[in-house]
Amino acid sequence: MHVASLALTDFRNYQQAELTLAPGVTTFVGANGQGKTNLVEAVGYLSGFDSHRVATDAPLVRHGAQRAVIRAGLVRDARRTSIEIEINPSRANRVQLGGHPVRPRELAGTVRTVLFAPEDLALVKGDPSDRRRFLDTLLVARAPKYAGVKADFERVVRQRNALLKSAGGRRGRPDAGGTSDPLQTLMVWDEQLIDLGSALLAGRIHLLDQLNPLLGKTYDAVADASAEVSAGYRWSLGEDVDLTVDRTVLAGALRAALERRRREELERAVTLVGPHRDDVLLSLAGVPAKGYASHGESWSLALALRLASYQLLRDDGTSGGEPILVLDDVFAELDVERRSRLAALVGDAEQVLVTAAVAADVPATLTGARVRVERGTIVDA
Amino acid sequence: MYEGVVQDLIDELGRLPGVGPKSAQRIAFHLLQADSEDVRRLAQAMLEVKERVRFCTVCGNVAEDAECRICQDPRRDTAVLCVVEEPKDIVAVERTREYRGRYHVLGGAISPIDGVGPDDLRIKELLGRLADGTVRELIIATDPNLEGEATATYLARLIAPMGVAVSRLASGLPVGGDLEYADEVTLGRAFEGRRRLDVP
Repeated sequence: MHVASLALTDFRNYQQAELTLAPGVTTFVGANGQGKTNLVEAVGYLSGFDSHRVATDAPLVRHGAQRAVIRAGLVRDARRTSIEIEINPSRANRVQLGGHPVRPRELAGTVRTVLFAPEDLALVKGDPSDRRRFLDTLLVARAPKYAGVKADFERVVRQRNALLKSAGGRRGRPDAGGTSDPLQTLMVWDEQLIDLGSALLAGRIHLLDQLNPLLGKTYDAVADASAEVSAGYRWSLGEDVDLTVDRTVLAGALRAALERRRREELERAVTLVGPHRDDVLLSLAGVPAKGYASHGESWSLALALRLASYQLLRDDGTSGGEPILVLDDVFAELDVERRSRLAALVGDAEQVLVTAAVAADVPATLTGARVRVERGTIVDA
Repeated sequence: MYEGVVQDLIDELGRLPGVGPKSAQRIAFHLLQADSEDVRRLAQAMLEVKERVRFCTVCGNVAEDAECRICQDPRRDTAVLCVVEEPKDIVAVERTREYRGRYHVLGGAISPIDGVGPDDLRIKELLGRLADGTVRELIIATDPNLEGEATATYLARLIAPMGVAVSRLASGLPVGGDLEYADEVTLGRAFEGRRRLDVP
């Protein structure tokens, strides 16, 4: 799949912008703060309704405007389609696919992008939530049904936390009205937590199983070194359970863990068991990358994770089409060797969008078409 | 902002469900221009509904007497009970003209976020109705969302020991719809709930 045209209205610093894109490599060049990243951020937004830079939609709308609109023409297997997203921070987004309104959820998995940016260093050095987000985004891109599973799971956790809070408050005063035991209702939410949680766990663990062999290869290629790289799933269910993708086993393990930690959950009034507490342990040569890897190694590992996801999506044989690869401000962070190896790795992708402040940072083999961006306008495309 | 009473009316209308500030303003000006008699009738109807309509002491449906029309109707099967969240769900089930049993309105669904627990629903009343053994089948028709499912599971656990057959409405594909437009959750449920085609 590739983006053939992109039109923005009141998106970030663009009041109005239109541009045509070709398959292959396109490099956006311009000084810092001119709007290069904003262009690729808009492309990234099409795939997951989120930005790689901010957690809420408000900053995406140009200051002073009510809403932003992203319009994109897409080509997959020579078939054209169009997507239009109206971003409205105070309301739900409005989405049109091929000119027809659809629910945002239905768009999940339609556009697949893999985006690598300086922020991705957080995949190695950041919090567990950064790594969970990486896994879940990839999971949804591969199988859109997980978008619903994840949303429902998060709601169950919120419901359960609310219940744990009220149960905690009531335990102090047993005759505070009501006859039913809050624990009785807790069991109902436990069932939902187990059902949705085991589905999400199975999805994530299966995904890591497939990602790991690719990760080894992409790391070696980027770093030009043969290090033992692995991404292992770290869960909250205790050490005694082996990782598996068998949902029945996972459900049993979740159930046992919930029972084991019930008292603690009631005391702390928060759900302590489930995929929302898990992490991915990245290690290099048997040592955890977080804290031990050098800055350069961390960069290579983060890049290897993105490239492995790209290959996974490209080769998964579903109808999703080849993903669009976005390299946002990446080359400035890499040494000359790594730059040219990265260029060689992505050269054959259907579409690569690159941003760079200094054009010379991008290896000559990869420059392709060039677009100059200046103060929120596309000067020369 | 408008002068005194006009703004008061707009504010009051704006508190109604589904009415935003623009609609509230439009309705307010419609009322201003309407016939006094029409407005009086509307006000009368609103007052009357608060004074006369109560909730059925048996099932919780809206009623003008102590019991609603369905509970008073001797032709309705007393052995089957359909549990719904809101009185408006009764209207939906009634439109099918398939169901001949009676109803029980819970008054919502379990949702700790909104502070709604089992004690805030008419579950005690439901257990009371099941106690004498007349009801042999219970159909749980709560909404097919997380909270509705949680409520259904809670009720099923509670009622299972009482020897009443408990069932849950099936979820699946809309009639007259296209398979290709079904979302994957609905389609997944429909697969789980598939039934064998018996050839006579």
